[in-house]
Amino acid sequence: MHEMGIAMQIVEIAVASIPSDLKNAQVKRVNLKVGKLAAVVPESLQFCFQIAIQDTPLRDADLNIEEIPLRIRCKDCNDEWTAHEPVFVCRKCQSGSIEMVSGRELDITSIEVAEKED
Amino acid sequence: MYEFMNTDQKQYHHKESNKPHAHHTGGGDTVSQDKGTGLLGDANAKTKEIKILRKVLDVNDEIARQNRKIFAEKGVFVINVMSSPGSGKTTILEKTLAHISPSARCAVIVGDICTSNDADRLSGFGAPVVQVNTDAFGGDCHLAAHVIKTAVDNFDLDQIDLLIIENLGNLVCPAEFDMGEHLKIVVLSVTEGEDKPLKYPLMFRVCHAALLNKIDLLPHLDYDRKAAVQNIRKVNPKIKVFEISSKTEEGFDSWIKWLTQRYQG
Repeated sequence: MHEMGIAMQIVEIAVASIPSDLKNAQVKRVNLKVGKLAAVVPESLQFCFQIAIQDTPLRDADLNIEEIPLRIRCKDCNDEWTAHEPVFVCRKCQSGSIEMVSGRELDITSIEVAEKED
Repeated sequence: MYEFMNTDQKQYHHKESNKPHAHHTGGGDTVSQDKGTGLLGDANAKTKEIKILRKVLDVNDEIARQNRKIFAEKGVFVINVMSSPGSGKTTILEKTLAHISPSARCAVIVGDICTSNDADRLSGFGAPVVQVNTDAFGGDCHLAAHVIKTAVDNFDLDQIDLLIIENLGNLVCPAEFDMGEHLKIVVLSVTEGEDKPLKYPLMFRVCHAALLNKIDLLPHLDYDRKAAVQNIRKVNPKIKVFEISSKTEEGFDSWIKWLTQRYQG
């Protein structure tokens, strides 16, 4: 529901990350990691991104979303697995002492920038 | 912080489109090693990949850290109460204030998209109340750290022991935004369906306590109270669950006792 705010934040971070020594820099792609448990719907974020990039150096950019699975680990028996349901109980020893290894990401990993040479 | 990675573009396999497309890295779905994969359409352009590695919400998280520092300095304990719309948050808070405000100096921040109805209801318990209407922020669906930072300017924090934040009715977005609070509380009412914790797992995962509200209605409903609690515990085995009625105040004693222990501890 807050994908527009997220999209605007992504644009802000990406614009601020363009090195000042690049002339006519155009961001061609933004690479983003989104965890399965992040409160973000990728399709909705794509839609908002297309609106948020208008009139910015990102206007030709794609948003490349890498979805990160929910990986959890039992702190008692060390078993680690990919969870397809939001159940945070150990599948082996039934412990509730579970940590999330991945799945909460909402990270910009990089931008790909084109610079005109002429 | 960033570093350069020259992706050495020479060959272009396909035109740029507005849709996200797969990288040609020979399987896997990593995105950082893109040498010569031909992603860009401008033959005059040289492409560089600039590593960023930043959390999209790190601006929020940084302000939340500042809030947390201020709260610690001033000795203010902060709780963030979240739920879907209509679960009974405001009634719970009215009753909670009635129990707590004689012994603790409370303040309330209420978030809504529109109206000051909830703030009006929560005034009159001796605690200062600030209403935040997020339509001024674009109709946001949650409160964020910067909103709280601004809102607390309305209070003399030296005179406050417990700050209660009533978030917007929404089980999705508020879970993602740290505001610097000490406790996150989720309210779920028995009119909402037993499987809500499984449908909105992040909310139940990040919270310290869940209040299962409106249990006075149970005789009129086909509600499996056990299943609801089990589902909450599947998502968060360590969460504290209180079954309460904000109407009859059944179950309130243990909720108030727990909350009091937490903010006094």
